[in-house]
Amino acid sequence: MSGFLDIASWVLLTLGGISVLIGGIGALRLPDLYTRMHAASVTDSLGALLILVGIMLQAGLSLATIKLAAILLFLLLTSPTASYALAAAARIAGHKPGIEVPAGKGDAT
Amino acid sequence: MYYVVTLATLVTMAMALVRAVRGPTVYDRVLAVNMFGTKTVLLVAVIAFLFGRPDFLDLALAYALINFIGVFAVLEFFRSRAARREAAEETTQT
Repeated sequence: MSGFLDIASWVLLTLGGISVLIGGIGALRLPDLYTRMHAASVTDSLGALLILVGIMLQAGLSLATIKLAAILLFLLLTSPTASYALAAAARIAGHKPGIEVPAGKGDAT
Repeated sequence: MYYVVTLATLVTMAMALVRAVRGPTVYDRVLAVNMFGTKTVLLVAVIAFLFGRPDFLDLALAYALINFIGVFAVLEFFRSRAARREAAEETTQT
């Protein structure tokens, strides 16, 4: 049983690491503010969920698991809220979604 | 196993820092700083178990709270600044 829990937590931790890494690459490489926001916010929630549940399986039933659950609950509540506030502020300030295509390049398609 | 997650989180934090420095608009920077803060919470939680010191989880919890409040404070500042600038433009036009 403990071996199964170990394997499950390793899988969750690895998936969480991969998801966090994908979010970082997306926030660095994507071309537009809103696409970067998409990459960062989605993987923020998913990576936090996977990594914290993975650690919880390692911690077992203890006070640490309760603290981890509190962190997870708080992150799941605040991360989308912060993303929404950021997108709303950018939208109100007049940022239009869409990539600015340089003149002459977009006509070919 | 914790080393892999720690490494991935550190690399992502470096990428977020690069985006915060390069970001063309101020919202890119706020996004990068928000991302950096969330990754810091994850990093502290992982390091607590990497070094076998679960006390660090309290720090992670406090940091999550501070990060959220900080991002909202910065956003509110920029929003009120944009609104003030708009109002100033309207008064100059009329």
